[in-house]
Amino acid sequence: MNYTFIALVENKPGVLNRVASLFRRRNFNIESLAVGRTDNPDVSRMTIVVDCPNGNVDAHRIEANLYKLVNVIDVQDVTHQPSVTRDLALIKVQVGPERRAEVNGLAEIFRAHIVDVAADSVIVEVTGTEDKIEGMIELLRPIGIVEMVRTGQVSMTRGVTDGVRRVAGTNGNRYEDVLELAEMAP
Amino acid sequence: MKKKGAEIVWECLVREGVEVVFGYPGGANMPIYDAMLNYPVHHVLVRHEQGGAHMADGYARASGKVGVAMATSGPGATNLVTGIATAMMDSVPVVFITGQVAAHLIGGDAFQETDVTGITLPITKHNYLVTRADQIADTIREAFYIARSGRPGPVLIDICKNAQVESCEFVYPEDVKLPGYQPVTRSPRSLLDQAVGLIERAKKPIILCGHGVIMSKAEEELMQFAVKTQTPVASTLLGLGAFPASHPLSLGMMGMHGEAYTNMAIQNSDLILAFGMRFDDRVTGTLKTYAPRARKIHIEIDPSEIHKNVFVDVPLVGDLKTVLTDLIPLVDEYEHDEWLAEIQGWKDESDSRSIMNWEDDGKLYVAHLVADIWKATGGNAIVTTDVGQHQMWAAQYYQLEKPNRWITSGGAGTMGFGLPSAIGAWFAAKDQEIWAIAGDGGFQMTAAELTTAVQEGANVKVAIMNNNFLGMVRQWQEFFFEKRYSAVNMLTPDFVKLAEAHGVPARRVTKREEVDEAIEWARKTEGPVVLEFKVEQEDAVYPMVPQGAALHEMIRRPVKA
Repeated sequence: MNYTFIALVENKPGVLNRVASLFRRRNFNIESLAVGRTDNPDVSRMTIVVDCPNGNVDAHRIEANLYKLVNVIDVQDVTHQPSVTRDLALIKVQVGPERRAEVNGLAEIFRAHIVDVAADSVIVEVTGTEDKIEGMIELLRPIGIVEMVRTGQVSMTRGVTDGVRRVAGTNGNRYEDVLELAEMAP
Repeated sequence: MKKKGAEIVWECLVREGVEVVFGYPGGANMPIYDAMLNYPVHHVLVRHEQGGAHMADGYARASGKVGVAMATSGPGATNLVTGIATAMMDSVPVVFITGQVAAHLIGGDAFQETDVTGITLPITKHNYLVTRADQIADTIREAFYIARSGRPGPVLIDICKNAQVESCEFVYPEDVKLPGYQPVTRSPRSLLDQAVGLIERAKKPIILCGHGVIMSKAEEELMQFAVKTQTPVASTLLGLGAFPASHPLSLGMMGMHGEAYTNMAIQNSDLILAFGMRFDDRVTGTLKTYAPRARKIHIEIDPSEIHKNVFVDVPLVGDLKTVLTDLIPLVDEYEHDEWLAEIQGWKDESDSRSIMNWEDDGKLYVAHLVADIWKATGGNAIVTTDVGQHQMWAAQYYQLEKPNRWITSGGAGTMGFGLPSAIGAWFAAKDQEIWAIAGDGGFQMTAAELTTAVQEGANVKVAIMNNNFLGMVRQWQEFFFEKRYSAVNMLTPDFVKLAEAHGVPARRVTKREEVDEAIEWARKTEGPVVLEFKVEQEDAVYPMVPQGAALHEMIRRPVKA
C-alpha cells in the first residue's frame, strides 16, 4: 500500500540526493517525490509517496531512517490523516480545430485549463488528486496524447491536524505524541 | 584573527582533543599537511589509506575517543572506503578528512577528482563538502559532535583545496546548530513500567549484550541489572568484554559460531532483554524460529533498529546507560535458579565436545593457540583480529573480562583489519599489551603496515594463524558445497622473511612444544613482532549455525574417538 510522508528538510545542497539515496539503499520504492521551498527560506518541504508492503512497520522504518539523516528536521505520515492532496499534469493532446471543442468540453468537466493552443495540438493543465488526473488521462488518450508531465503529489493536512509521528525523541517529538511502537504488532 | 583554512583545520582538531592522525598526503591536501607542522598533533604516515582508516578505527575503539584519518582526493579518498564502511557497520566514531580539488574545478573531471561525498554517502553517518574556508570551523565542530553522539559513526569532511589556502576570520564555534539532529536519550516511564511488567513475569529471561553496552559505557549498569535480576548474559561478537567472561551469569558469545548452550538458552527463553544490539542475521539464525516463546524488550539508541529484524514487545529508545539507570531501581530482585540450572545442563554437554579437552596430538589448533595467548597475557591484552575462522576462535577462546580490548570487524567483516587496527589501538593504549590475531589471507591484505609499525615503534604482536587456506570459505565449501574447494588454497610468502625484511623480528612455530616459549619471546621483545603458526589445515569452527537454519540447529564438533 502507498504511504504519504511529509518531510521538512534543511534547504542545503545535496539533501534531495541524501533522501533519494536512502530509499534506494533501504530497498523502498518511491512512487512520487515532490520538493519545493516553504515560507522559511532555510527549510524545504518534500512530499514522498512510498510503497510500504509491510504497512505500519515499513512506515516506522522509513520515518526512523529519514530522521537518521542529519538534514531532516521533521517527518509526518499523512496517509490516514484528513489532508488535501494535489498533483499537477500538463498534457499535450494532438488535436486539430475540428475536435478542439471536444477537448475543451472535457477540460471544463475536470476544471482543467487549456493553457496553449497550436495548429494541431493543445496543452491541458489539470490539477487534482491522482484519481482525477488518471481519469482525465483516460479520456484524452483516445484523442491522442503526445506528451505528458506530472509534478508528483503534494499534500497538506487539513486544519490543525498533524500527521502521524512514530519516532519519539527526535526534534522535540514527545513520546506521548507518537504512536506507541508497541501497538504496531503485525 | 585571520587564519588560513588549513590552519583552521588544525586549530579545530587540537580543540577537539585530537593527539594523533593517521593519514597520507597528496596533491589536494598539501596545504593541510604544511600547516600540520605548526601544531602539536602526531601524524602517522600509513602505507595505504585503508590502513589509516583501520588505524583510526582501532584507536577509537581502544580509547573510546574519536579517531581521525586523512587522505588526499581521488584514489586517496577511495582507498579509505573499505575502512569507512567498516566503521559505519560497527558504529565507530571516526572523522575522515579528505582533500578535494578546488571548488571551481568540481564537476570537470580534474586530475584526482572523485565525487567522494557521493561515494561515501551511504557509508557515513553524515558527510560534508567544504568549498570555502569560513565553513571549516563549523563543519569540523559538527562532524566530531555527530561522530561521537547518539549512535556513533564515521563522518567524512571533503575540503576543497581553495578552502585550505584561503584565509578568513577564525572564530571557534561555541555550539553546534543542528535542527535535524537531536538524539533521544531517555525512555518514558510508561514504557519502563511495561518492561518491568515483563521482567516480573519472566521465568527464563536472558540478556543479549551488544556493542551498545560498550559504546554507552554501561558495563556497570549491565552488571547491576544482571545480578539484581539474576539474568544470564549472552554477548554478540562486538559485545564481548562488556560483561566479564568469568562471571557465573556470563554465557559467552551467541549466534552463528556462538556457544551451543548460549543459543539453546536464547531459543528456550521466555524474555529477551536486548541491550544495544541489532538482531543481526549472524546472531538470530532464521527469524521464523527465533526465540519463539520469548517476549522482547529492546533498549536501543537508534529508532531505526526497532522492529527492523525482530518485532519487539517493549522498545526503549534511548542511551543504554541512562535507560538502565532509570530501569534498575524499578525492578525487584529475582532468583532464576531452575533456569540457570537448565542452562548449566546444556553447558556441561557443550564442554564434553570442547576442543579444549582434546588430548595433545602434536598438531597446532588455532583454538588452543588463542587459549595459550590468553593464558600468557592473563587475559588482559587488547586483541584485534582479521575476519574468518581465526576471528571466531579468538572470540570463543580469548575470554575477556574488560571492555575496549576486543577490536574486530563485525558488521562489515573486513579482512586486513587486524594489523592496522592493532597499530591504531597502540596509540590509544601504549602501556598495554596488544595482539593482532590474523589469518594468512587477511594478513597479506594489509601486511605493508608492518613498516608503519616499525617506523612508529608500535609495540604490537602479530600472530598469523597460517593454514594455507582461506579457512572460513574452505569450511563453507566443505559443509555446503560438497568439499569442492574453489580458490581457497593459498600460497603464502615466507612470513618470517617478510617480517624480517620489514625489520620486524619473527619466528615460525610448527610444534606444540614450541608455542609457550615463542609467545613469551614475542612478549619480551620490544616493538612489533610476528609469530607465524603453521596450524592444522582443515579444522573447522564449531558450533556452526548454517545460514538459514534455526539458531538451535547447530553443526557440532564431532566427538573425537
